[in-house]
Amino acid sequence: MSIKLDSKIPSGSVGSKWTKYRQEMKLVNPANKRKFTVIVVGTGLAGASAAATLGELGYNVKAFCFQDSPRRAHSIAAQGGINAAKNYRNDGDSVYRLFYDTIKGGDFRAREANVHRLAEVSVSIIDQCVAQGVPFAREYGGLLDNRSFGGAQVSRTFYARGQTGQQLLIGAYQALERQIHLGTVEMHPRTEMLDVVMVDGHAKGIITRDLVTGKIEAHAGNAVVLATGGYGNVFYLSTNAKGCNVTATWRAHKKGALFANPCYTQIHPTCIPVSGDHQSKLTLMSESLRNDGRVWVPKQAKDCGKTASSISDSDRDYYLERKYPSYGNLAPRDIASRAAKQVCDEGRGVGPGGRGVYLDFSASINRLGEDKIRERYGNLFDMYERITGENAYQQPMRIYPAIHYTMGGLWVDYELMSNLPGLFVIGEANFSDHGANRLGASALMQGLADGYFVLPQTIGGYFASGKGGAPSTDHDEFKKALSEIQTKTSKLLSIKGKRTVTDFHRELGKLMWDNVGMGRTQASLKQALERIPQIRNEFWENVNVLGGNDELNPALEYAGRVADFLEFAELLTYDALQREESCGGHFREEYQTEDGEALRQDDKYAYVAAWEFKGVDQFPELHKESLVYEEVHMTQRSYK
Amino acid sequence: MNLTLRVWRQKNSITSGQFVEYAAKDISPDMSFLEMLDVVNEGLILSGEEQIAFDHDCREGICGMCSLVINGKPHGALPATTTCQLHMRFFKDGDTITIEPWRASAFPVIKDLVVDRTAFDRIIQSGGYVSVSTGGAPDGNAIPIPKEDADKAFDAAACIGCGACVAACKNASAMLFVSAKVSHLSLLPQGKVEETRRVLNMIGQMDAEGFGNCTNIGSCEAACPKEISLDNIARMNRLYAKALLKNKLS
Amino acid sequence: MAASAESLQRISAAGLMLQLWRSSLGKKYVMAITGLMLFGFVVVHMIGNLQFFGDATLINEYAESLKSKPPILWGARFGLLAAAMLHITAAIQLAHSNRRARPVGYDGGKVVASTLANRTIIVSGLTVFAFIVFHLAHFTIGWVNADLLKLTDAAGHHDVRGMMIAGFSNPLVSIFYVVSVGLLCLHLSHGVASIFQSLGLRSKKTEANLKKLALVAAIILFFGFCAIPIAVMADLIK
Ligand SMILES: Cc1cc2nc3c(=O)[nH]c(=O)nc-3n(C[C@H](O)[C@H](O)[C@H](O)COP(=O)(O)OP(=O)(O)OC[C@H]3O[C@@H](n4cnc5c(N)ncnc54)[C@H](O)[C@@H]3O)c2cc1C
Ligand code: HEM
Ligand code: FES
Repeated sequence: MSIKLDSKIPSGSVGSKWTKYRQEMKLVNPANKRKFTVIVVGTGLAGASAAATLGELGYNVKAFCFQDSPRRAHSIAAQGGINAAKNYRNDGDSVYRLFYDTIKGGDFRAREANVHRLAEVSVSIIDQCVAQGVPFAREYGGLLDNRSFGGAQVSRTFYARGQTGQQLLIGAYQALERQIHLGTVEMHPRTEMLDVVMVDGHAKGIITRDLVTGKIEAHAGNAVVLATGGYGNVFYLSTNAKGCNVTATWRAHKKGALFANPCYTQIHPTCIPVSGDHQSKLTLMSESLRNDGRVWVPKQAKDCGKTASSISDSDRDYYLERKYPSYGNLAPRDIASRAAKQVCDEGRGVGPGGRGVYLDFSASINRLGEDKIRERYGNLFDMYERITGENAYQQPMRIYPAIHYTMGGLWVDYELMSNLPGLFVIGEANFSDHGANRLGASALMQGLADGYFVLPQTIGGYFASGKGGAPSTDHDEFKKALSEIQTKTSKLLSIKGKRTVTDFHRELGKLMWDNVGMGRTQASLKQALERIPQIRNEFWENVNVLGGNDELNPALEYAGRVADFLEFAELLTYDALQREESCGGHFREEYQTEDGEALRQDDKYAYVAAWEFKGVDQFPELHKESLVYEEVHMTQRSYK
Repeated sequence: MNLTLRVWRQKNSITSGQFVEYAAKDISPDMSFLEMLDVVNEGLILSGEEQIAFDHDCREGICGMCSLVINGKPHGALPATTTCQLHMRFFKDGDTITIEPWRASAFPVIKDLVVDRTAFDRIIQSGGYVSVSTGGAPDGNAIPIPKEDADKAFDAAACIGCGACVAACKNASAMLFVSAKVSHLSLLPQGKVEETRRVLNMIGQMDAEGFGNCTNIGSCEAACPKEISLDNIARMNRLYAKALLKNKLS
Repeated sequence: MAASAESLQRISAAGLMLQLWRSSLGKKYVMAITGLMLFGFVVVHMIGNLQFFGDATLINEYAESLKSKPPILWGARFGLLAAAMLHITAAIQLAHSNRRARPVGYDGGKVVASTLANRTIIVSGLTVFAFIVFHLAHFTIGWVNADLLKLTDAAGHHDVRGMMIAGFSNPLVSIFYVVSVGLLCLHLSHGVASIFQSLGLRSKKTEANLKKLALVAAIILFFGFCAIPIAVMADLIK
């Protein structure tokens, strides 16, 4: 099968494309909408907002999530805020500037048209959320407050204390619950999607497992929307929730959906370091801490064992301030992360295992007083103390980078439809808007843009085109998919080997972090490609999954997810190997400037790498969508 | 350190359960409570026993998924802390720790320490929202909201829906959860509009789910990891009277 | 269930009462309002009782003056009876649904943040009820000792004072009285503050003061009521 990538970007200037698209799109007769069943998998910000909006429009929606309630999706953990080009500060912000910043932040590896649409729609998101009762921070005058975030030069980030994701998700969740009450949405919590069903080349349903009863079921619909989040947990340790997985998107990929740019993974510089082998996840400390904290390590490796206070100022290396005099401690995420890795690789890291750097507040405390610092970051300091047992008012925090977000995802066109007709992908699960690096406060924006404003419009086009019929679950394809899944689960339960699922996951994660993490080389990638299939083979021979299929079985759920990570990891590594340049979150050590910055190769790699599945243990086929920049010029990012 | 765990094991919602004792050996004080359970589970699997089932996801104290009653206290004894954020340095070597699921007939046990909390979702379905559909919302700054009101609304909206309030209450009452949502929305002009209908319907659903009622003890507030205040219950009590009268007079 | 989500239904006054009684919150209003009435009665009752320590005939005249206005007396009696019945019925129904809501308790320890007063509210309430029945039988109806009601003083009034002295001279009666009043006060040390929360009149700011108020009221009531049996037992009053 030869695949032709058609991004379906409307013609016209970048600023007019979305308007033009909406003017020209085909509409579904309101009376007919009820006849279309849309399956929405995932009810995070993207999925919940999409399911609610589709329900409001009159579609018949079936929504799924693996948690016990849609309110618990991983989106809930987002802290910092959400961007919107409102220009309420009068500081020169505009749709264009947000568009430009996002393209540049993505290191010129995102699609212009998508990003511009995102910036346009951002404005409506805030209005919608306010109307839902999201308690955004306000000023004394009663108007919405903003802050500047992630190194942006304008204040365009809206926030709700340190719990913006929570408040936005609860807004979307409530909208969703309203539709459930009205009967337009049928919600299936504690239900995991295990396969997409393709009928005559169109996505027409899914196979799920009811996590409480273990029942494996088929659901048919006129279209399937995946909003299943990112795959950061392929690294085992990440800031993602424990349940985050690649299963939904990976299984769609195995059914023919192209996976784009899997090697674009984001590493966040300010997380609490690993404290031992028992570590099960990493906790993000808000980036805002870098506004008042100075990052340093000892100049000499021999000082690393000493207490921070016994190291004199002249023996400290404030390496971010030294290397990036103008941005200093506020250098972008990828740059700050790599710098931390570098100093630790030099043996100058602090704390257990030498994987940590200091984030020191003493200067700010001296200047502003402890109370001021407490007022700004009190909850973060408390959280830090709860986890580490250390008081950061008295000694510097220890931080280290961790996997945080994945820019890659299933390939989608301008309408957010994958190459499989009828299969739409939204939120972190798709690849579309962030290029090689995501700016702070942009993921929430993208999830809600996709869910509230883009997908509910574009999906109508698919239905109006007349391709949207829905077969019944009696169709052979459903039966086939059902029995495949049943076989797979029985297989997992029958191995009864000697190692736990966690053990395999931990091994895979360590390999990925060491070889395909912050700094990648051809050799490290090749080594990973050798190891991954070995771990995978051992997994299928030696994993021990107890319990039955017809009951709540966390071990079985986890085993299925790790099995997919073990296949997906290989694709991620292939992608990293193929991309012989450094850009955004993808850093190939062979490709750096003299002073260690990412070196892009625009002439060769200004494309989206979209991979086609050819079988486990088979080399996937690479399809390229070249990125054409009509509006902006590619430049080298500089934060000096 | 070494600990003894007394863990509630229950195969499913139909069978009855019992406490089973496990030894937790070589526990590091840096582990979180759930990481300690992970370690115990790894050991169980290797010895051929099925792992202890418990709910968790974010492990950051925000998703509201984790839910253990530790030595009689939901989320353990440390105030303003969820189980996933509770660390082992708060226990002593040699301690015996009793771990139970949330207990309430509205939260039936699904397995071991996992309970069914969908009753909360149904309460939200009955009215815990502002009835606005996507599109057509006025500009975000069209209605100024006093900072104090926005802050108070936020305090109530900080609820993570974990159900510790129900678990702590001797009557298994959901008043703190319901009142937090009623307060969050009533304190904002956007939510005020539907206040009457919301409060009547949500309380009707709360009763229908089989939660107990409030005897003004305050266990819920003390157990709440997000320190949601009893003031919200007082506010809901007020709003309910107002709603009944308004409903009568309209 | 209440009105449907999309529309509100008009209801009649009777419907309102029914809705009130059917909802857990409404029943709590009933508890609070009847509790307040009973509390008011107890306070007035104590003030009345304390006239015992005045001039020998003071309390007898007070009792006579109450009896001389039958409409008020009977109105109050019926009002209180109704309040007590509602209070008790609501209490029992709520306690029943609370027990159903939490059929299995915890092994791990006692209820978080609870106090003796609120843990025992139903027990103290029921004991107080038993006491009230006895108390009425004793001093109002005269089942225990019919002669007590026949006592008269010099002015020809019913000798309430004499009746009290005679009654409390029995140590068993006095001990039961003191214990019951003690439980009533324990009941009120939670109950009085609880009224404000149930009616939505409490807040973080007033909380501490309301708790104090309840405690002080309970202590004053305890000593106010118990002063008489103690005085009688200690032979201070003849
Ligand atoms: C700690 C942290 C802080 C962050 N802070 C910010 C911030 O300040 N600003 C910002 O813009 N972004 C932030 N992000 C990123 C942002 O939160 C996420 O990218 C975004 O919320 C993803 O939303 P989503 O709807 O795509 O997916 P998710 O919220 O991850 O939802 C995924 C959904 O899919 C379901 N699901 C997954 N797999 C299956 C399956 N197989 N079957 C059924 N259901 C499935 C899940 O149940 C869930 O409902 C942060 C991320 C982290 C980790
Ligand atoms: C003279 C007698 C009594 C007085 C003065 C009295 C007073 C009160 C008051 C003021 C309250 C607080 C109301 C509220 O919750 O808002 C209360 C609560 C209560 N009373 Fe009584 N009461 C009396 C008798 C009884 C009896 C006979 C019972 C028997 C069952 C009883 C059981 C209860 C219960 C269960 C509560 C609920 C407590 C709570 O929800 O916090 N009371 N009472
Ligand atoms: S696991 Fe999310 S709150 Fe504890």
